[in-house]
Amino acid sequence: MGVEGIGARVVRKEDKRFITGKGRYVDDIKLLGMTHAHFIRSPHAHAKVKAIDSSAALKMPGVVAVLTGQQLVDDKVGNLICGWAITSKDGSPMKMGAWPAMAPETVRFVGQAVAVVIADSKNLARDAAEAVVVDYEELPAVADVHAAIKAGAPQLHPEAPGNQVYDWVIGDEGATDAAFAKAANVVKLDVTNNRLAPNAMEPRAAIADYDAAEEHFTLYTTSQNPHVARLVLSAFYNIAPEHKLRVIAPDVGGGFGSKIFIYPEEMVALWASKKVGRPVKWTGDRTEAFLTDAHGRDHVTHAEMAFDANNKITGLKVKTYANFGAYMSLFSSSVPTYLYATLLSGQYNIPAIHAEVVGVYTNTTPVDAYRGAGRPEASYLIERLMETAARQLKVDPAQLRRSNFITQFPHQTPVIMAYDTGDFNASLDAAMKAIDYAGFAARKAQAKSQGKLRGIGVSCYIEACGIAPSKAVGSLGAGVGLWESAEVRVNPVGTIEILTGSHSHGQGHETTFCQLVADRLGVPISQVSIVHGDTDKVQFGMGTYGSRSAAVGLTAILKAMEKMESKAKKIAAHALEASEADIVIENGEFKVTGTDKAIALPMVALAAYTAHNLPDGMEPGLKESAFYDPSNFTFPAGTYICELEVDPGTGKTSFVNFVAADDFGRLINPMIVEGQVHGGLVQGIGQALLEHAIYDANGQPVTASFMDYAMPRADDVPSFNLSHTTTLCPGNPLGIKGCGEAGAIGASAAVINAITDAIGKNNLEMPATPDRVWRTIHAA
Amino acid sequence: MYQTTYHRASSVDEAASLFGKASEAKFLAGGQTLLPVMKQRLASPSDVVDLSKIKELIGVEASGDTLTIKAATPHYDVATSDTAKKAIPALAYLASLIGDPAVRYRGTIGGSIANNDPAADYPAALLALGATVKTNKRSIPAQDFFKGLFTTALEDGEIITAVSFPVPAKAGYSKMRHPASRFALTAVFVAQTKSGEVCVAATGASQSGVMRVGAIEAALKANWSPSALDSISIPASGLLADIHGSAEYRANLVKVMAQRAVTAAG
Ligand SMILES: Cc1cc2nc3c(=O)[nH]c(=O)nc-3n(C[C@H](O)[C@H](O)[C@H](O)COP(=O)(O)OP(=O)(O)OC[C@H]3O[C@@H](n4cnc5c(N)ncnc54)[C@H](O)[C@@H]3O)c2cc1C
Repeated sequence: MGVEGIGARVVRKEDKRFITGKGRYVDDIKLLGMTHAHFIRSPHAHAKVKAIDSSAALKMPGVVAVLTGQQLVDDKVGNLICGWAITSKDGSPMKMGAWPAMAPETVRFVGQAVAVVIADSKNLARDAAEAVVVDYEELPAVADVHAAIKAGAPQLHPEAPGNQVYDWVIGDEGATDAAFAKAANVVKLDVTNNRLAPNAMEPRAAIADYDAAEEHFTLYTTSQNPHVARLVLSAFYNIAPEHKLRVIAPDVGGGFGSKIFIYPEEMVALWASKKVGRPVKWTGDRTEAFLTDAHGRDHVTHAEMAFDANNKITGLKVKTYANFGAYMSLFSSSVPTYLYATLLSGQYNIPAIHAEVVGVYTNTTPVDAYRGAGRPEASYLIERLMETAARQLKVDPAQLRRSNFITQFPHQTPVIMAYDTGDFNASLDAAMKAIDYAGFAARKAQAKSQGKLRGIGVSCYIEACGIAPSKAVGSLGAGVGLWESAEVRVNPVGTIEILTGSHSHGQGHETTFCQLVADRLGVPISQVSIVHGDTDKVQFGMGTYGSRSAAVGLTAILKAMEKMESKAKKIAAHALEASEADIVIENGEFKVTGTDKAIALPMVALAAYTAHNLPDGMEPGLKESAFYDPSNFTFPAGTYICELEVDPGTGKTSFVNFVAADDFGRLINPMIVEGQVHGGLVQGIGQALLEHAIYDANGQPVTASFMDYAMPRADDVPSFNLSHTTTLCPGNPLGIKGCGEAGAIGASAAVINAITDAIGKNNLEMPATPDRVWRTIHAA
Repeated sequence: MYQTTYHRASSVDEAASLFGKASEAKFLAGGQTLLPVMKQRLASPSDVVDLSKIKELIGVEASGDTLTIKAATPHYDVATSDTAKKAIPALAYLASLIGDPAVRYRGTIGGSIANNDPAADYPAALLALGATVKTNKRSIPAQDFFKGLFTTALEDGEIITAVSFPVPAKAGYSKMRHPASRFALTAVFVAQTKSGEVCVAATGASQSGVMRVGAIEAALKANWSPSALDSISIPASGLLADIHGSAEYRANLVKVMAQRAVTAAG
């Protein structure tokens, strides 16, 4: 592997600039003549916009323009789109209301923009915004998913009667009913998957710069996928054709999914920069982030699992209501359907599954993909069900899981996914050993003598990553293909640039991607740089989300590397007067195997560019590109076990131990993988114990600041005990499965299973706040 | 419209005079409350008079049976002060639980009690220890100083200069932190004076701010031990309720935190 190759714990190259404050984020960029945008946002969850009076604001110092939703309509700027078409069980397409970037007529959630002030400085824009008078006529609002589907509920969009976006089904209902009819035992569970606010460290921001002479736009934006942003902005919003729009996503401070989507603010900035003839910058603040970044999760589910007399699962029925908020965000429709229900088989052999998902509009912030996107909801549901079943059937929860594990691969589940490989027993064994599962009973007794309630909770998760085979997702309604592209440029002096369509916003691509090059060529990573995040530099890309950058993005790099190496070997063979088949690459040199004849990479590169002596017919240059479309999803899986204590006096949870045994396939940089798992686990624990984006009955957000929304902090979480049980992914040449979301997918069930074990009561919703736990302990 | 003029005072008298000359002035100490409020544009003073660099307002001193903390002393200094830890360890411990390190480095006792947040820590200590608030005009006993949510006995332009605490025989503090803000979801300070009086104050619990808990005081006076409170039940009426804690939960916490504070006090 070499000191910097695949498998090495290489220190992250990018951290030097991040930890010395030299990162370059959108808000750090200042353009000549730049103006600043401040959005005027609805304080109401549902209201008619009757009039907007900007006359006083326009007279204020430094104000360049006040633009409204009606002007967007007049200029024929398109509405925001949802890029994945879902078909309801009755065959009808999903029912969507229009989402204009600023509301000309009706606002449907607190924080929705109705107008924007453009001024010479941020503070002047903010001052003037206070002078814009918006006349609203309040309408009844609804925030709760069950309230929204009741007869007589306030209606959000005329296009979606009953606030229903779709009623979608998957699986075989007849076979599932038959399994339940014959069941020896049926286990039932109602669970809520709490709504979360993503809270990337860097709030969203955008700078739009219109060049009138070239009729060309440049957009700097906090995006996880700048090419997708350009595609969507060009194809649907009537702002600029692709060749007249450059999208740059420079350093981006975290995304967790929330920066996949196209948001109103960057559309408005682009449009406004042309209107005012100057660059327009918008930087969101934390309150805007809480109000307008797409939220995550928010499911209400009833599920039933059927077992035979030997405690084998025979069927699963699920009905989920998914709260989409007030509008359908870019990939929202796919999250509770193809990213959720297709994982409902978990790690288990379940012969028959039937799931129904009802998508619902409410007067809340739109909901879309957030770290894990559908898979945390599926994993939480299945793992809570397994725990509930073990308690009801009075069997050890680890044993119940083990006896139902899938052990033969490939395995076709009843819900589309075909698992390629895995070893679920191995990760369960590793986790049980790491936590000393066998010794738990004694530890529990010991804790009891000290007045503490100790519990242990298992969670065996599986997820589908590396999205995705384009043909497969296309057949399921996706509006895009989910391949990745890469380019390898060997410069004439032998340094290497890798251009990738993946985007790093914290994941460490600038290090891991170099490690592949170091591994193959034997050059130090200091000679390699990773170029990403600019549509003018990188040929194309689908971006980073769904733990796809290594499995898909790095494989595309590998494909391009192979092409480059093949050409370089021809050049080397020609120079060394050897046969191409005898050339091997070692330590940055092209060697004739079994001899001491060699030519260094820089000499090969130089030969490629001087073109003085190339093989006949060969083009000059050493630069290759590739597109890689995966053949299947990848299936990271593992077992998390959590041991904790509950203080019966306060209901407060304290961790004793948390072990994670993951199977991510091949690890490129174990240190970075550990960092990803740590972060994911913290988010999963955050969901289980602390985080909840709450609205009151009128749709007013209750948790729109860090004083109310509880983010996990270092002292809320334990020191994690990580290990890996590896089966290589057969679907890609590097054997990679992906590691970016696992922690967030698997952790919350382990925590809730442990708390409910500790307190001896099974019904407990997330977040398990001390108050909630205390009330559950003391409930009759 | 949100312009403000910043003044750095070098003495209490100068601060008072700067305040008097301005149309709508505010004193600034650690800025941990005032600045966020100004950033949100919920306050827009014409002038800000900074007290935090006034030497005579900073320091922790003990003399005889009194511990004095000057008004602009940051929480961190109190938490780490050997003098405070020796005289009233529970008070130093309380300071160590305020917010997070950034808040403790800047936030001050004067700012905290002038603000009188219903979930702030210091007010519980002042009330339970029978402290005296010293201002540039007078001395105010703690029980007369706190007047309900965000309200105190301070007059406009009056500057807190110090808080003096009689050193108790025993004292203890126990806090259940608000999971998001880290203020007190409910916290209780218990103290026993050298003459045997018991005083118990709870913060974060009541809708009208920091409060004494008579039932617990009586029980502890009869028997200074956690088990003395076993049969006590605190009524939930009048207590705060929010997404992080129902009134019933806070009622429970008043008792449980008091028991733990007694254990800590020894
Ligand atoms: C994230 C966060 C967490 C926090 N957690 C806690 C917590 O756990 N427990 C807790 O108790 N507090 C907490 N606080 C509040 C903190 O303790 C502040 O120190 C306190 O609210 C105000 O003190 P300050 O010195 O910052 O005052 P400032 O913000 O500067 O001023 C506050 C008010 O007091 C007035 N004032 C200041 N000094 C004087 C004086 N000497 N005389 C008269 N008036 C004066 C000011 O005019 C202003 O009105 C937290 C704050 C933050 C931001």
